[in-house]
Amino acid sequence: MKFTLKVWRQKNAKAKGRFETYKIDNISPDTSFLEMIDILNENLIREGKEPVAFDHDCREGICGMCSLYINGRAHGPDDDITTCQLHMRKFKDGDTITIEPWRSAAFPVVKDLVVNRRAFDEILQAGGFINVSGMVPDANNIPISKLDADESMDASACIGCGACVATCKNGSAMLFVAARVSALAKLPQGRVEASQRAKAMVAKMDELGFGACTNTQACEAECPKGISISHIARLNREFLWANLKD
Amino acid sequence: MSNLLFSSIGKKFVVSLSGCFLLIFLLMHLGLNLTALISKESYDAVCHFMDVNPLVQAMVPVLVLGFLVHIIFACNLEFKNWTSRPRNMRYAVPTKTKEVHWSAKNMFVLGVLVIGFLFLHLAHFWSKMQLQHFLGKEGTNAYEILVYQFSQWYYCLIYIVWFIAIYFHVSHGFWSAFQSLGLNNAKWLPRLKVLAKIYALVVLIGYVAIPLYFFFCKSCCCQAAAECSAMMLQ
Amino acid sequence: MSDTKLQSKIPSGPLSEKWTRHKAEIKVVSPANKRKLDIIVIGTGLGGASAAATLGELGYNVKVFCISDSPRRAHSIAAQGGINAAKNYQNDNDSVYRLFYDTIKGGDFRAREANVYRLAEVSSLIIDKCVALGVPFAREYGGLLANRSFGGAQVSRTFYARGQTGQQLLLGAYAALNRQIAAGTVKSYTRREMLDLVLIDGKARGVIVRNLETGEIERYGAHAVVVATGGYGNTYFLSTNAMNSNGSAIFQCYKKGAFFANPCFVQIHPTCIPVHGTQQSKLTLMSESLRNDGRIWTPKKKEDVEKLRAGKIKPSQIPEADRDYYLERRYPAFGNLVPRDVASRAAKERCDEGYGVNNTGLAVFLDFQSAIQRLGKKVIEERYGNLFQMYEKITDVNPYNEPMQIYPAIHYTMGGIWVDYNLMTTIPGLYAIGEANFSDHGGNRLGASALMQGLADGYFILPVTIGDYLSQDIQTPKIDTNHPAFQEAEKAVRDKINHVFNIKGKTPVDVLHKELGHIMWEYVGMSRNDAGLRKAIKLIDELKHKFETDVLVPGTNDEFNQELEKAVRLQDFIEIGRLIALDALDRKESCGGHFREEMQTEDGETLRDDENYMYVSAWEYQKNGDPILHKEPLNYEFIKPSTRNYKN
Repeated sequence: MKFTLKVWRQKNAKAKGRFETYKIDNISPDTSFLEMIDILNENLIREGKEPVAFDHDCREGICGMCSLYINGRAHGPDDDITTCQLHMRKFKDGDTITIEPWRSAAFPVVKDLVVNRRAFDEILQAGGFINVSGMVPDANNIPISKLDADESMDASACIGCGACVATCKNGSAMLFVAARVSALAKLPQGRVEASQRAKAMVAKMDELGFGACTNTQACEAECPKGISISHIARLNREFLWANLKD
Repeated sequence: MSNLLFSSIGKKFVVSLSGCFLLIFLLMHLGLNLTALISKESYDAVCHFMDVNPLVQAMVPVLVLGFLVHIIFACNLEFKNWTSRPRNMRYAVPTKTKEVHWSAKNMFVLGVLVIGFLFLHLAHFWSKMQLQHFLGKEGTNAYEILVYQFSQWYYCLIYIVWFIAIYFHVSHGFWSAFQSLGLNNAKWLPRLKVLAKIYALVVLIGYVAIPLYFFFCKSCCCQAAAECSAMMLQ
Repeated sequence: MSDTKLQSKIPSGPLSEKWTRHKAEIKVVSPANKRKLDIIVIGTGLGGASAAATLGELGYNVKVFCISDSPRRAHSIAAQGGINAAKNYQNDNDSVYRLFYDTIKGGDFRAREANVYRLAEVSSLIIDKCVALGVPFAREYGGLLANRSFGGAQVSRTFYARGQTGQQLLLGAYAALNRQIAAGTVKSYTRREMLDLVLIDGKARGVIVRNLETGEIERYGAHAVVVATGGYGNTYFLSTNAMNSNGSAIFQCYKKGAFFANPCFVQIHPTCIPVHGTQQSKLTLMSESLRNDGRIWTPKKKEDVEKLRAGKIKPSQIPEADRDYYLERRYPAFGNLVPRDVASRAAKERCDEGYGVNNTGLAVFLDFQSAIQRLGKKVIEERYGNLFQMYEKITDVNPYNEPMQIYPAIHYTMGGIWVDYNLMTTIPGLYAIGEANFSDHGGNRLGASALMQGLADGYFILPVTIGDYLSQDIQTPKIDTNHPAFQEAEKAVRDKINHVFNIKGKTPVDVLHKELGHIMWEYVGMSRNDAGLRKAIKLIDELKHKFETDVLVPGTNDEFNQELEKAVRLQDFIEIGRLIALDALDRKESCGGHFREEMQTEDGETLRDDENYMYVSAWEYQKNGDPILHKEPLNYEFIKPSTRNYKN
């Protein structure tokens, strides 16, 4: 297969970026999208040009490292997958593919297609945990309804890739924050500090420059793990209740 | 509690609550309007009641406040959202997520449209009706204003466009308010969306029925009939 | 017989009392002194994150480093199946002893009894800890924890969170880590790669790291250093490991004097999606659980093979009589459920004989037709729906209609840095935990045991044993990073980086890495022999020369430069590859994941040699020439090594 690639190139965080156009040929439809970029890079290196920087690691859709806004969609044109699971057979031969980094004020570009998502870590450090230390009770001492455990697991499937922020017109991190708040709030262990956690994480989220949620559901549609906005409703509930109590 | 209004979710809370208040207002206003379809007498009676009832008079500033709060907080959020995705961070290829409803993405634009038409509405109706009473003057007869305004086709058109904008604004705003208040879950989301559609349709059909009724039945037909009879008389 | 440099420090006494007794005997550090002590942790997988969090919780000053943009990206996140623990919640007669025995037997009797027993002992604490941290393990309707069974065990002791157990456990450890970062006891440094270990007076006292975003070379000092950087499976280029997983951190430790143990013990997982072509970068694992209902086969007739490869027929068109269910044929008792190493070798045997499918000839079928007929599509969908979907996304083949194609791939490395019972390496103050060390899995790791070991080391073992060492260090002030040892190490790192830039050859790094991968897979892969291993060493030496003269690294050091990262790592992978081959050459027995063709039974099964190879091989780096082999004899005091048999 043959493609024309329009790739965002940006030397570093401060530099001004621009699109560069590259042609690429002899791509097997079974090649994954990132492998296609590998090939592009190999060609660029051989031509004495600088390869395209992009984030990637596990290449099986779980680490959350890969990003890329491909032809107007986070993680590309297929549903429920990350970019590393996207294959070239999803494109037509001869297509022009525009590749952009995640764009949001809270995710500054590091280089080319690589962005800095440290803001996510900071939000979790604000309260995305349970305060327990040392030795703890036996695991089966706290029975947990299967339905609650399953719902917690649904929310906990978040891989922290940032597609929600990237795709939200407001650059909002609500789905990410909600997934964590909800995952812990559904478990009795996490229930204890649920109010405090919601307050602390939302405060951090606001502070770091993420936008507010306007319920467009774009995040849910582009989330590679299909995390539902019903978790955002729970976050709102937790947060409002916590504040109204004070 | 004090921090609530400074947080994004807290602001959403205020927008949602004021939005709910406005949703109720919209329904009540519709109820009053629909009496115009019954008879001139019933409509005049209702208008008179609205002019003199002390509770209604007390609610007017509350309503204004509701509008102001809704608008101010929504604008505040919108402007913050612009800084979260500044102009130089827009995508070259616009987002193509299929699942996102058009109205959800355009609530602000729809809101601005709605306000614009609202001022027109206030100028043409309210300022001549209730406002006059508040000023201690005798207003024009409400029913006659209706007949007059809706006899102009372009005014009917503006009015219909206005309510189409309101339709889109509330069809998202209705369920969105519940979501922002935390009163939603995976089961209720589809139900709320259906309710939102129903509500928005009721509002659209109800409000649009009035200009259509007046345009086709009162002004055009009446005029035609009047002209006819005048000719016959001649 | 025992090597003086290898003091395993295994406590005396009965097996079940060793750990308790040891804990009682070793020294502890007072809270006031802990505050004064710095510890560096490299890596944030299950081992690193849990260790850093626990050490922070205890009150030490911890600095934790990872190469990704967040600690949560570590490759522990990709583990699917589950985590073993001897809870006996199912009341199916499980016990610490049974888990210990299964693990040591699964490792083909090449691990230390005391270490493995301790692992089994703390396993059940891990589950308690994880639940307390909010890990949403699968549950029964009654609210108690659910279990499933896994390869190599006859009881149900595997705890799981859907097919994402590793992710959930890592998120638990990462949450504990975040809590300590918020509390200020742990400082996190992301996108930093350790490029050297700094020794002062023979003790590990710090590291030199490269800031991958800016290219700055930074120095960090500490009273002790913990490496938790995982295995070296990416030496083979194509593996189930993440692209950035590398062996450089442990290799720097090795070069600074830590011994490298059992490098040849590499696990090859039988059910991975096969290589589709030369453009491939990575292999994806399909869970071992698929072999419960899938049947593995290749065509009986060569002409069918030809037609399949040419795409003229579909596998479902081949009649039952023309299919060779070779695992069921060779191992009637265990059939498709033989252990990983056996299944892998059998697949290779078929492909070597020319019966492999796929356009490459390197794949076999994993067929669910008979299971679908027997149980119905719905049941299969419930059990494996997400895996089937993943398979279809990758290959565009619907496994409900056509069989999956699978082939073995490099998955895990049992070998690693040699450590004593305290998890300390041969360098005082340097610890290795998780996959980075060699300690618990012997020649082969059982499914669902990697997560167990990472967390056991990080939550429960290292935080205790490190106190014994640090208690002697309470008088040592903060480590001064202006010490000449730091300057020297930093200079060496800068020289190394400048060196790869200055080669200015013509070949991109990945091309050379793929070449290394080919050599490794061909000669140091699933089956090995004397001549092949010697040839591999020769080829690796040639490749090293090619790297030194022909590699092309674009850009500069002072920027985000992924090619530079890869080049520096490849330099080490080449050396590790050579070490694996050397060790494989030394071990003239077939054992666990290591199969020497010279050592097999008449029907092609592994032949262990307990008489001559009942030892841990520990390699000592030499600046010039081959490394020196030290041997730690394995004394089985409590159990008797036996032979594995899966035929009847």
